[in-house]
Amino acid sequence: MLLSIRGFAIPEAVCIMSRAAQQPLRTGDTSITIALKARRWQRAFWRHRSLLVGSVLLAIILCGVAFPSLFTNRSPVVMNIRERLQPPNPTYPFGTDQYGRDMLARVLYGGRTSLVMGVVPILIAAGAGAALGLVAGYHGRWLDALLMRVMDVWIALPIILLALAIVTALGPGLVNIMIAIGVAWIPYYARMVRGVTLSLREHSFIEAARVLGLSEGRILMRHILPNTIAPLIVMSSMGIAGAILTGASLSFIGMGPQAPTPEWGLILADGRQFIRLAWWIGFFPGAAIALTVLGANLLGDGLRDWLDPRMKI
Amino acid sequence: MSAYLAQRVLLTIPILLGIVILTFFLVHLIPGDAVSAMQGQLKMSAQQMEQMREALGLNDPLHVQLGRYLMRLAQGDLGRSLFGGQPVALLIASNIGATIQLTAAAMAIAVVIGVPLGILAAVRRGTLWDVTAVVLAMLGVSIPSFWLGLMMIQLFAVTLGWLPVIEDRSARGLIMPAVALGLAEAAIIVRLTRATMVEILNADYIRTARAKGLLDRVVLWRHALRNGLLPLITMIGMQFGTLLGGAVVIENVFARQGLGTLVTQAVINRDFPVVQGCVLVAASMYVLVNLAVDIFYVVVDPRIRYS
Repeated sequence: MLLSIRGFAIPEAVCIMSRAAQQPLRTGDTSITIALKARRWQRAFWRHRSLLVGSVLLAIILCGVAFPSLFTNRSPVVMNIRERLQPPNPTYPFGTDQYGRDMLARVLYGGRTSLVMGVVPILIAAGAGAALGLVAGYHGRWLDALLMRVMDVWIALPIILLALAIVTALGPGLVNIMIAIGVAWIPYYARMVRGVTLSLREHSFIEAARVLGLSEGRILMRHILPNTIAPLIVMSSMGIAGAILTGASLSFIGMGPQAPTPEWGLILADGRQFIRLAWWIGFFPGAAIALTVLGANLLGDGLRDWLDPRMKI
Repeated sequence: MSAYLAQRVLLTIPILLGIVILTFFLVHLIPGDAVSAMQGQLKMSAQQMEQMREALGLNDPLHVQLGRYLMRLAQGDLGRSLFGGQPVALLIASNIGATIQLTAAAMAIAVVIGVPLGILAAVRRGTLWDVTAVVLAMLGVSIPSFWLGLMMIQLFAVTLGWLPVIEDRSARGLIMPAVALGLAEAAIIVRLTRATMVEILNADYIRTARAKGLLDRVVLWRHALRNGLLPLITMIGMQFGTLLGGAVVIENVFARQGLGTLVTQAVINRDFPVVQGCVLVAASMYVLVNLAVDIFYVVVDPRIRYS
């Protein structure tokens, strides 16, 4: 942050230093070369700050969620009524809930379900959306018109409401909620991939592939699909952020996994009942959601700038 | 202009029809059918189930059912709740006002906070103002609204006692739900306003205006902002759906009566006609709001009017 402000203030100095920084270093590190190296790293860091901060944040969260035993040796489901509703203290850094369960363990183990609930729907949506978008964009004509009109209708249904309607039909639960969120997200991916496919279709390398006599399927899979990967990755990273939020919201209102499964949205719903007595039950899982979503959003922003600064999603 | 408007209005009709058909088929996703799905709650005998199927017309072919559904809709009949038997249209009518009030208040908060902050960030680009606005916007889109709502209840209602915990029908009771719902929206508006204004402030006509010696204030308000607000209006229309969805959760957090609490209860009860009705009404509202936005667009942007 400070670097940028200084950078704006003395652009000439920055130019000279960056030119110097690109020179190969010959002799042992003097204090000047160390300073230059440091400046080069700082500049690289500043350029990709979203990407770096996002990945570090996500890496820390993933580490905690994947290896909870590193941070706590308590179980997320074992009750200990004598220790109920303990505020955060050295023994229980995140406090305990109404049954005396360790909140730190619940938040760490709960992250597993919440993260899966963010990733699986986006895999469904990106997979199905990419297939629909590729077909619509490449085939064109009536199929494109038909599919896109269906997408127009699909997109008009607010995601949470569409997901709720699907949950009504399939019943609540972890798997159903992931299907529901995934299905609700399909049209966004289909539209994006269709757009990319449409513009690619006119490129001469596709024409060349056609002239060479490659089959339609091969052109789609080998020449068009790889070019949609970069925008798909960027959109999926931001999509995971959105899906974690939607999943937590739906499970907060009781549509997702059922107790005693630890899951961030579900723990928050517990916390709501004890809000007068124990702020920590609601605070920590919410903060975990916010940090994870922040990490995924930053990563998405950073990936977009890195892969293609002109990309607009 | 009238040709454009007529075309835009006509295009809305197939979309509305599509929404009706999609919501109709959503209910037919159920493995088995609605009656067997309700079996868990109602404990019916096989004979009662068959009677109920016959009464609901579930034994007819799908196209006959769709035709009947469309005929009823044309008469404003959304069916009856499977629990309690009230007409769905009546249930929705008595709840929709509170939801519209909440989403409108949230949108107003989002615009009042988001637009000035976005403009400030774009005008003072690269300064601490800009960095603050960008960081706040990033945090805003990442914080779950229901958590924000809970933490606000904790702080303002439980600890400080400034606002009522349980939402009453007063304006004071609307503050917390609207802020919780509106802040994420404000963050999105900050990002879009900033991006649009940065692009516009670098445009040639702004340089020309500055070169003419116009005051910064005039350049900003007359030249930049007028153009900058256009994409914003479109975005606000498109975000209306997100807000409606968010309202479902926020109403539950604050135990506030509305479409959201109605639909949540209906999902738990597997009360299909109510869920179907709510989704239909919400999606239609979204389409109509976007129609209104497009019409408004024509009014404020002469380029569309004359082309």
